[in-house]
Amino acid sequence: MSALLVLAVTAPLLGLVPLFLLGPRTGERAALAMLAVNLAVTAGIAEQVAQGGRAPGYFVGGFAPPLGVGLRADGFSAAMMLMAALVLLLTGLFAMTGPGDMTRKVKARGSAGRPATFFILLLSLACALNLAFLAQDLFTLYVALELLTFAAVPLVCLEGKAGQLSAALTYLLFALFGSVLYLLGVVLVYGLFGTLDIAHLAGLLAQGTGGATAAAALALMSAGLMAKAALFPLHLWLPPAHSGAPPAASAVLSAVVIKAPLFLLVRLWSDLAPLPLTQVAGPIFAVCGAAAIVFCGVVALAQERLKLLIAYSTAAQIGYLCLMFPLAASDDGQWSALAWTGGTLHLVSHALSKAAMFLAAGLIAETMGHDRLSGLSGVGRLAPVSVAAFGLGGLSLMGLPPSGGFVAKVMLLTSALQQGSWWIATVVLAGGLLAGGYVLRVVVIALQHPDAGLPEARECRWRALIALALAFGAMLVGFMPLAPLPFLDIGRPLSWEGLLP
Amino acid sequence: MTGALLFGLAGAALVGCGVYGLLTASGALGRILGFNVLGGGVFLIFGAVARRGAAAGFSADPVPQALVITGIVVAFCATALAVALLVRLSTMEARAAPADAGEKET
Repeated sequence: MSALLVLAVTAPLLGLVPLFLLGPRTGERAALAMLAVNLAVTAGIAEQVAQGGRAPGYFVGGFAPPLGVGLRADGFSAAMMLMAALVLLLTGLFAMTGPGDMTRKVKARGSAGRPATFFILLLSLACALNLAFLAQDLFTLYVALELLTFAAVPLVCLEGKAGQLSAALTYLLFALFGSVLYLLGVVLVYGLFGTLDIAHLAGLLAQGTGGATAAAALALMSAGLMAKAALFPLHLWLPPAHSGAPPAASAVLSAVVIKAPLFLLVRLWSDLAPLPLTQVAGPIFAVCGAAAIVFCGVVALAQERLKLLIAYSTAAQIGYLCLMFPLAASDDGQWSALAWTGGTLHLVSHALSKAAMFLAAGLIAETMGHDRLSGLSGVGRLAPVSVAAFGLGGLSLMGLPPSGGFVAKVMLLTSALQQGSWWIATVVLAGGLLAGGYVLRVVVIALQHPDAGLPEARECRWRALIALALAFGAMLVGFMPLAPLPFLDIGRPLSWEGLLP
Repeated sequence: MTGALLFGLAGAALVGCGVYGLLTASGALGRILGFNVLGGGVFLIFGAVARRGAAAGFSADPVPQALVITGIVVAFCATALAVALLVRLSTMEARAAPADAGEKET
């Protein structure tokens, strides 16, 4: 029993108290301190997982599943929690009220006008994300996803403009449709097995019970998660929502919020569903993923605004994870483990690089006063650090070394070639080329000789350094060895063994 | 026909109506209503599952009832949030429209 797991869910909520009781400035500092505590707690959990070599668990109220509800952190969830906590802390620092901000209104901050609101939502996100990564009960996961949606939708419309409001409403409707489909799947699962605990369900499903109803339930839950994760063809809400939000909010939305439903999708199909069923469903996900990579990549190339370009790139990059499903579900142990590590590393490196790119784009837009690509020539002179952060983050999207994206894509590519999935290998390479196209287009424009006089503005240096730190984080992931990472396999397959009395 | 089957079929019909409404409604309000009908259908099916006793075997299983109540609260909050967004959006549009008309005249 590890009390740290409970602390990971409750600590962010405790950080909300000072925001309501003290003034916005003090509350903001307290919220940032709590995000740092959240990072320390997740690091502690990751340490416990790595040291113990097995997944720590906690039974809420002391009732063991299937009667009670359990929390459990395996290697995969510990890695995701650590990534999310890091991104949340750094974007929190980015949005912090800096010296001089009280006098001039700064657009690049996530929280123009109402500082406390942004931090309330950030802490709620931290709580919902940790719950989504830790919960082992399908209904608790539903509640975690809803908490996540309720914290993410207001982030889209923080400034309250008409365009943001309609983007937030579309996002909410897609998310609600997704959650009802997910809930319907949960209902069917409960009707079949009388339990919602993932570890117990995995055991029951592996025995081959359930048949067509179980497959239908899994399909419904997956469709719901796809709507929430903006997986092609349900991605339509993502570009307006993510590009319209303030930069710090876009960074969090694109980097970590869509990762929770993707995480659950992986959880469903690699830990819960029996292997034969995953082998049938895997190619369907891969086709959706391939379509996302190619279609959204091409649309990103045609964008005229920097933030919309990055948002379409997010919709495209989600596809890589889906290419993992058929590769990781094959019978060949060595290559499927490589694909599994590749997919997970892609989630982590995409989160870091996409957060860096959205923050950098926000600073570029703040410096120039707009984010139209045609008018950005020469911005590299005004905002050198931001453009560098954008470029280094883009390196990971393109899959060039040294970057996390490179390692992840090489793993997926190797696994695809070794298993003879030529079309998946082709899509991985084509996606890299498309990403190269849209990232280099921006970098080339930024480094051009300016057409007209540049405005008398400078980027905010310490904020740009935060974006650069995130981009460097994405590059550091690239120094992982090109082999299956044993840490990610700790605690799989799911079970409560050693925890049940 | 047992009661559980009847309620299950009614729930399925509601789910069908809800999905149809959600996908075909032209305005946001129609979609919000579609979501509510769909949610109602899912909760009714959950009730039927509880009556049937699920895999646990005993009739009137209490666990789904607790879950349905939580689900209803969540759906209620979601509806409130969506309607609040819609109200704000339509006030802003109403405020913006006369201003545009004024610009055209001058």
